[in-house]
Amino acid sequence: MKLLEYQAKQLLKEYHIPVPEGFVVKELSMLSQPVQHLGGKCVVKAQILAGGRGKAGGVRLAGTPKEAEEAAKALLGKPLETYQTAGKGETVHSLLVEEQLVFQKEIYFSITYDRETQTPVLMLSARGGVEIEETALEDPESIKKVRVNPLTGIQEHHIRELFLFLERGKEGYRSFTDLVTNLYRLYVERDAAMVEINPLVILSDDSFLALDAKMIIDDNALFRHEDLVKIRSVPDDELQEVHAREKGLSFVKMDGDVACMVNGAGLAMATMDMIKHYGMEPANFLDIGGSSNPQKVIEALDIIMRNPKIKVIFINVFGGITRCDDVANGFKKALSQRPIDRPIVMRLTGTNEKEGREILESIGYDAFSDLREAVIHLKEVYQRSQRGGM
Amino acid sequence: MGIFVNKETQVIVQGITGRDGSFHTKKMLEYGTKVVGGVTPFKGGMNVEGVPVFNTMSEAVSRTGADTSIIYIPPAFAAGSIIEAAEAGVRNIVCITEGIPVADMMMAAHFVRTRGVRLFGPNCPGIITPGETKIGIMPGHIFKKGAVGVISRSGTLTYEVVHTLSAAGLGQSTVIGIGGDPVIGTKFTDCLEAFEKDPATEAVVLIGEIGGSDEEMAAAFIKEHFSKPVTVFIAGKTAPDGKRMGHAGAIIQGGKGTAESKISLFREAGAAVVDLPVDIAEAVKAFF
Repeated sequence: MKLLEYQAKQLLKEYHIPVPEGFVVKELSMLSQPVQHLGGKCVVKAQILAGGRGKAGGVRLAGTPKEAEEAAKALLGKPLETYQTAGKGETVHSLLVEEQLVFQKEIYFSITYDRETQTPVLMLSARGGVEIEETALEDPESIKKVRVNPLTGIQEHHIRELFLFLERGKEGYRSFTDLVTNLYRLYVERDAAMVEINPLVILSDDSFLALDAKMIIDDNALFRHEDLVKIRSVPDDELQEVHAREKGLSFVKMDGDVACMVNGAGLAMATMDMIKHYGMEPANFLDIGGSSNPQKVIEALDIIMRNPKIKVIFINVFGGITRCDDVANGFKKALSQRPIDRPIVMRLTGTNEKEGREILESIGYDAFSDLREAVIHLKEVYQRSQRGGM
Repeated sequence: MGIFVNKETQVIVQGITGRDGSFHTKKMLEYGTKVVGGVTPFKGGMNVEGVPVFNTMSEAVSRTGADTSIIYIPPAFAAGSIIEAAEAGVRNIVCITEGIPVADMMMAAHFVRTRGVRLFGPNCPGIITPGETKIGIMPGHIFKKGAVGVISRSGTLTYEVVHTLSAAGLGQSTVIGIGGDPVIGTKFTDCLEAFEKDPATEAVVLIGEIGGSDEEMAAAFIKEHFSKPVTVFIAGKTAPDGKRMGHAGAIIQGGKGTAESKISLFREAGAAVVDLPVDIAEAVKAFF
């Protein structure tokens, strides 16, 4: 779960990490007071979850209240298109209006976890304000990584190593230590998967301040962070995915027109790959999971049918924990609730296959047991639908 | 014999009175697995499928002498159960649970290593040495005893592949689901190392997927240290960047961890890489 910048900064404040003075503005009429409070000069920042906001014009400097109003008008309620929004743009529902600050230097700092060593990793780069992926490609030497053993937690020498990499004597070490210690505490206590401060700026008095903040909370840990779930904001294009997750399904929308519904993530990916291999394009990834719940099949078909582009539907089930008769029952019930006007090709094998097939037969459906045969048939059905026939 | 587990392995089921725990205890016993005890807090003294239930892992281990545990515990408590099992002195832990917070798993994974304990998973179907023991949730009847070792990050895709292997007359020595999470215990390389030494294994099938770098490390290991033929399938060629494909660990990040890059490394290492999971059995057959 991603947090908006102002939400992340609210958490930083709770952990005593310095951030610019700022106000959240959700309507134009709310703008003048914060701008006045900041003395007319301010930064107007569009609050979206996608990255690449700065380059897309989502962060604007205003020298006067009038400029602030123009910036706010240009952003609020409008879609902002960045390289991460896949050509659609993300609607700006709120702005963060902040004081303009003078600083001597900007750097990059983040805490994330490293899959290879299975440890939290602190990452620092002298190149602030630049995306870390870009720095990694252009100037990997400018990145310093320090891994922390999760059993012992962060130690003073970890912080010292990072600070020495900045090559700036001892000035500001106290402030840096406080910031890194507090940020690590936040990372652990709030189950962050990533906290990124880019840029982290060094002010004229050598103290450190978080000018920007990105935060992703581990979805698996949301059960112990109800306060964060309450403030969750979901970008338009991820609504379906989040909705599916709430129903116990795992869904990712794709651009094609062949829908699929599969039990198990690996088999679901492989099914998409097979659809593509046989010259079709998958419309989605959809894993109904391992449990035996007919209701999930109903929900899954419901999500699939929301995509008007769909030409055919492929159901691929290899029963393990998932029982074929449960899937067939869910399918039968779904059909009784709503007719599905697209051709459906089914592959059903494994636990309780016989019972599942009997249920399907009773409603006039048949299923393959071999995966390759099923996909070849799917292709024929797809081509027929392309020609307009059924 | 197979690797890591065999017919002598004695198993404790953590979460034995739960819906999944009790169901799979029955299935494992039917397969011939030596399930010698179970643990559910405050249900000590009960029986499940004739198996005695204890309140703690330390009691269960000291009373039964078991050396392996399997975990069917909800995500909020699963990492704690891994640590409990390691402290109780088992040698192997199989964690089925999906959805454990990453921070909890980092701690548990590091802790079991300090104790020299082998962890499988989490978010995995378990491990099976066909004809001897099944410590997991896989449908036992699709497996057949034989000489092919199978390692995989996925559950149902493994069943799919094993099903075609068995149908083609290619039995399996040991089949291991290493898990679909970003932080797991036993990795591909650990399994390859064991398969290399195992006289019962003559060929290996590796089923990987997008995300992380376990496949990359496995390819490097095969190139340097592995003498048996390896057949590889990597799922997720059609997966977009930045999206989690069901498994928490199946995500391409900033262009890293794609199927293409993994496939090319395996090819370089001399493995046979197939385009479709249904092509695996045929490719393996070529080695026999």
